[in-house]
Amino acid sequence: MALKMVKGSIDRMFDKNLQDLVRGIRNHKEDEAKYISQCIDEIKQELKQDNIAVKANAVCKLTYLQMLGYDISWAAFNIIEVMSASKFTFKRIGYLAASQSFHEGTDVIMLTTNQIRKDLSSPSQYDTGVALTGLSCFVTPDLARDLANDIMTLMSHTKPYIRKKAVLIMYKVFLKYPESLRPAFPRLKEKLEDPDPGVQSAAVNVICELARRNPKNYLSLAPLFFKLMTSSTNNWVLIKIIKLFGALTPLEPRLGKKLIEPLTNLIHRPGVFAVLISLSSGMPNHSASIQLCVQKLRILIEDSDQNLKYLGLLAMSKILKTHPKSVQSHKDLILQCLDDKDESIRLRALDLLYGMVSKKNLMEIVKKLMTHVDKAEGTTYRDELLTKIIDICSQSNYQYITNFEWYISILVELTRLEGTRHGHLIAAQMLDVAIRVKAIRKFAVSQMSSLLDSAHLLASSTQRNGICEVLYAAAWICGEFSEHLQEPHHTLEAMLRPKVTTLPGHIQAVYVQNVVKLYASILQQKEQAGEAEGAQAVTQLMVDRLPQFVQSADLEVQERASCILQLVKHIQKLQAKDVPVAEEVSALFAGELNPVAPKAQKKVPVPEGLDLDAWINEPLSDSESEDERPRAVFHEEEQRRPKHRPSEADEEELARRREARKQEQANNPFYIKSSPSPQKRYQDTPGVEHIPVVQIDLSVPLKVPGLPMSDQYVKLEEERRHQQKLEKDKRRKKRKEKEKKGKRRHGSLPTESDEDIAPAQQVDIVTEEMPENALPSDEDDKDPNDPYRALDIDLDKPLADSEKLPIQKHRNAETSKSPEKEDVPVAEKKSKKPKKKEKKHKEKGRDKEKKKEKEKKAADLDFWLSTTPPPAPAPAPAPVPSTEEVGVNAVTASKDECEDTKTEAQGEEDDAEGQEQDKKSPKPRKKKHKKEKEERTKGKKKSKKQPPGSEEAAGEAAQEPVQNGAPEEEPLPPESSYSLLAENSYIKMTCDVRGSLQEDSQVTVAIVLENRSSSVLKGMELSVLDSLNARMARPQGSSVHDGVPVPFQLPPGVSNEAQFVFTIQSIVMAQKLKGTLSFIAKNDEGATQEKLDFRLHFSCSSYLITTPCYSDAFAKLLESGDLSMSSVKVDGIRMSFQNLLAKICFHHHFSVVERVDSCASMYSRSIQGHHVCLLVKKGENSVSVDGKCSDSTLLSNLLEEMKATLAKC
Amino acid sequence: MIKAILIFNNHGKPRLSKFYQPNSEDTQQQIIRGTFYLVSKRDENVCNFLEGRLLIGGSNNKLIYKHYAIELDILDLIHVFVETLDKCFKNVCELDLIFHVDKVHNILAEMVMGGMLLETNMNEIVTQIDTENKLEKSEAESLQPRRQRLQ
Repeated sequence: MALKMVKGSIDRMFDKNLQDLVRGIRNHKEDEAKYISQCIDEIKQELKQDNIAVKANAVCKLTYLQMLGYDISWAAFNIIEVMSASKFTFKRIGYLAASQSFHEGTDVIMLTTNQIRKDLSSPSQYDTGVALTGLSCFVTPDLARDLANDIMTLMSHTKPYIRKKAVLIMYKVFLKYPESLRPAFPRLKEKLEDPDPGVQSAAVNVICELARRNPKNYLSLAPLFFKLMTSSTNNWVLIKIIKLFGALTPLEPRLGKKLIEPLTNLIHRPGVFAVLISLSSGMPNHSASIQLCVQKLRILIEDSDQNLKYLGLLAMSKILKTHPKSVQSHKDLILQCLDDKDESIRLRALDLLYGMVSKKNLMEIVKKLMTHVDKAEGTTYRDELLTKIIDICSQSNYQYITNFEWYISILVELTRLEGTRHGHLIAAQMLDVAIRVKAIRKFAVSQMSSLLDSAHLLASSTQRNGICEVLYAAAWICGEFSEHLQEPHHTLEAMLRPKVTTLPGHIQAVYVQNVVKLYASILQQKEQAGEAEGAQAVTQLMVDRLPQFVQSADLEVQERASCILQLVKHIQKLQAKDVPVAEEVSALFAGELNPVAPKAQKKVPVPEGLDLDAWINEPLSDSESEDERPRAVFHEEEQRRPKHRPSEADEEELARRREARKQEQANNPFYIKSSPSPQKRYQDTPGVEHIPVVQIDLSVPLKVPGLPMSDQYVKLEEERRHQQKLEKDKRRKKRKEKEKKGKRRHGSLPTESDEDIAPAQQVDIVTEEMPENALPSDEDDKDPNDPYRALDIDLDKPLADSEKLPIQKHRNAETSKSPEKEDVPVAEKKSKKPKKKEKKHKEKGRDKEKKKEKEKKAADLDFWLSTTPPPAPAPAPAPVPSTEEVGVNAVTASKDECEDTKTEAQGEEDDAEGQEQDKKSPKPRKKKHKKEKEERTKGKKKSKKQPPGSEEAAGEAAQEPVQNGAPEEEPLPPESSYSLLAENSYIKMTCDVRGSLQEDSQVTVAIVLENRSSSVLKGMELSVLDSLNARMARPQGSSVHDGVPVPFQLPPGVSNEAQFVFTIQSIVMAQKLKGTLSFIAKNDEGATQEKLDFRLHFSCSSYLITTPCYSDAFAKLLESGDLSMSSVKVDGIRMSFQNLLAKICFHHHFSVVERVDSCASMYSRSIQGHHVCLLVKKGENSVSVDGKCSDSTLLSNLLEEMKATLAKC
Repeated sequence: MIKAILIFNNHGKPRLSKFYQPNSEDTQQQIIRGTFYLVSKRDENVCNFLEGRLLIGGSNNKLIYKHYAIELDILDLIHVFVETLDKCFKNVCELDLIFHVDKVHNILAEMVMGGMLLETNMNEIVTQIDTENKLEKSEAESLQPRRQRLQ
């Protein structure tokens, strides 16, 4: 053995290494293949040796040969041997070879599982790394399942080098073993916040790839990605994130709004970020940003750098999909790009054109494209042009075509292209238009007959798949609509030319079939005209020419031709006896043809009791070769054929059969033709007359000598439009004149929009037929071959116990003792029974937690996205204006005063007011009802000392957020948020200041005015002296000194509320505004002008808005560190903590985030978006409030106000 | 995802081929040839993007075209790759690639894994490569008696 080893290493010195191999190959240029086969023989010898170094060297050379195209799969086992070498050097060679040559079909791959697992857990990070790299290339579903858990563990490896590789490879694992996605996702999510940027970027990478499928799974990560986007400097990461947001914004419109700012910043960055952003279509639906984007793109497209040009165009096409208007204005630029020398750029520009056409510019654009078709050198580009022209014209059901004659001419012109692969495309278009646009048939037939007549198409028939395909369409159209032919005889002769036999079989077959149709119609004509000789001459022509088709090598042609030949011969006999035959021959082709939707056949429901898989006749023992019929160009053809197949039976028989068939079809509900639909009213009556064919506008002459056809139409169309416009203008002028007389003028400018252009022909585009109840759109879109389909997994569902990654286990020799054991995931195999139970229990708990977490998360996202408080979980924060006031303030009744106050009446005054109110209150508030009920129930429980009313307003604010907190020990005396503003003998004013998040920097001041006198108060006007910081919103046109009228009068004893809006610039300080209320008091003695001065106090608390906040978001806010801190302490407090919190909630608009014993965290938000966080602690007889806020001045002022509130407690 | 990374010279000889999707050797060769054909007939001052035709994509020594990702990052990636090669081989030339294709593979493995971007920081890549090479060297030395060194 030892000797062998020594011998091995000696041999090795003479072995070729990779460099020698390469050198050798270079030196044997003339007989490379021979040299390499020699080398492979040597390698095979080397692989037989025991020395691992020799083997590794051999494998290394094989890897090189693999690159040159040599199959090395035979060495798979040796590669595995080298992979399992202990030395990194060899291991690496082995893994490289494996990654280059292994694939799912490699059978020995399953032998690698344990080796890879060993390497993954190797102490050397490079062993692990090389194993991960290799595995990423050849991972199979089995490997993924077996190793998923090991890789999961590596995601938390201490070395970032391993972590990033492990994170990245998880994507491959997910693809091969989708079940692993859900259990692994939480950890993957963690990695987004990994301290190492490499790992972070790997995680972003994986999630972006995952988000191709089911992006809504990743919506909850939006805040995290948002943070990454605004903080990351790594362009690669940015690109990925922008792409991800591109997938997310359609799901969550609010996200788009949030992205406007950072994306706009990115657009302004030098480089091509604009491209990326628009490419990812992550641009929110924000017209200014889109506009900016398009402008930037235009600059790129105009750049001389071809790469930028290309990218700009690519990006434009993305924007075009969502915002066609903003791109359309750059048509000039796009058309210019069509002239670019670079094909890639021209193709991009073509793509863009597709979305830019309108009725107005279609002809112009197509004309331009046609000139390019003529100029184009390469066939690929020319073919691309051709398909684009057809795409552009036919898009959305020929929406943009105003003149179908023009379109047919374009198609005919396109047939001049030689060597194109798209002859069948043109043919399909011709057929489609001729069948569906009934008004155009006459014109189409005339064009098609000249096509049949021209020689150039026949000449090119040698080229496979060439342009001769259009003859298929031409022949069919001429035959089917032969009644429109000018010179049917001429066309018939053209179709029977000997050269036709050089055409491909399927085209000849159509020729044969349609020759008969033509023949039938000529026969009819001749017989009607009484030209018996003429009729016989035509029959003779047929009899003479048909044999050339009978000899065809193509079965289809042969069969059809011989049938028809016999038929014609029979007719000839009859004609000889002077029997009129035309009627019966043309009856062969009676009936109208309707276009059928491509998917219609599939949509026909299988009738009950029909088993499509059952044999109708037992199959023959010898399977016959299937007839290889050429692909039908047109779907309808399939349906058509059976109707046309002529039979050799005599005419009578034919007629009988036809009748029977008609009957059958009429009775068969699944016969497509007879499906009734609202568009096909005319189907009830047979024949052609019912088709709503509208006369072709004869102002368009059919032929204009000179110019090539389509150009004429462009000119004609221009004229026509001009005419139309003139007429319209005339009408408009008339209207204007009338309007002038009527002294009213509309400022509409005469613009020519798309809708103004009326099509030249009133074309009736027949809709395609579909079986009843079948929808045209269907679920076929899902591609079963989509490799990412497996990743369509809902990640939001909580993990079930069974969802665990399989973990490798040693097979226990003894069978498991308890039956339970099998169910238990192996992770817990060591745990004893009780533990197991515990765990299960825990898991259940965890599940619940997860559910909660999930809900929370959704709410978190809402919170993150919203600029307004989320609707559902939020405690109704609106401070309900309470009607009763405590202490000093006498009771006021606002207009939403309710009857209930009566039952709990405090005094006579109140009573009177209530009644008064009932009679006169014009608009009862909505909330009234609910409030009433609550009040009633609560009020009954409560001692009479406590007046009802504001109680639940305070309670609501406090209770809701504390959900799980201790029950209220003692009820809090009710309070009102309304405070006294001013009063005199006539009137009393109380007010409440409310902020609103919708209106940035605006507050609403609600003032309740109560008439205390016996006079009627009217003409009330409120004037306020604006300060620099705060100003009252006044009606338009009034100056700062004008007062704002109060929109009501007050009869004696009545009160009502008026609201005034103030705009505040800075909200960090409290402030006071001086104001005056002037009014006229009128009683029996007369009227007096009175006034009342007041000082309106805007406290900082009034700028806050009760906003709910969840503890994790709260914690993040505190962690973020950009909040300044301040604190106050108030002594001598005896109130319960619960009530204390309620007071803070009520007066200062806070909500409780969390409460633990005598300690609570609270949160609120200002109308300008400042976050305010509080930590309230209750000591013995004292309360300390620590606050954090994004603005220190605001915070200290708030705390002062709070101190004042608390001091009263 | 990246489907393949190819390097070949002006005559269409492959110098590195790394496919991230399973293909038979024949298909691989076909792709390499087709790619070269498409790329070689393009002018110098046209853009670096070629839309895939019959093949999965076209590319030349400097760039890779692919369908799904944003091409721009790939252009950048190629730049980083070439620079890294430059650092590791000290002025990289075709001969380096010819004779050290295994090393080129190792370098690539640190940048792209299974068709996905792994690392784009050049210094990080070079550090890892250097450490791996040192490891290899120490293993090679260990074939010789090591006792003396240990003492």
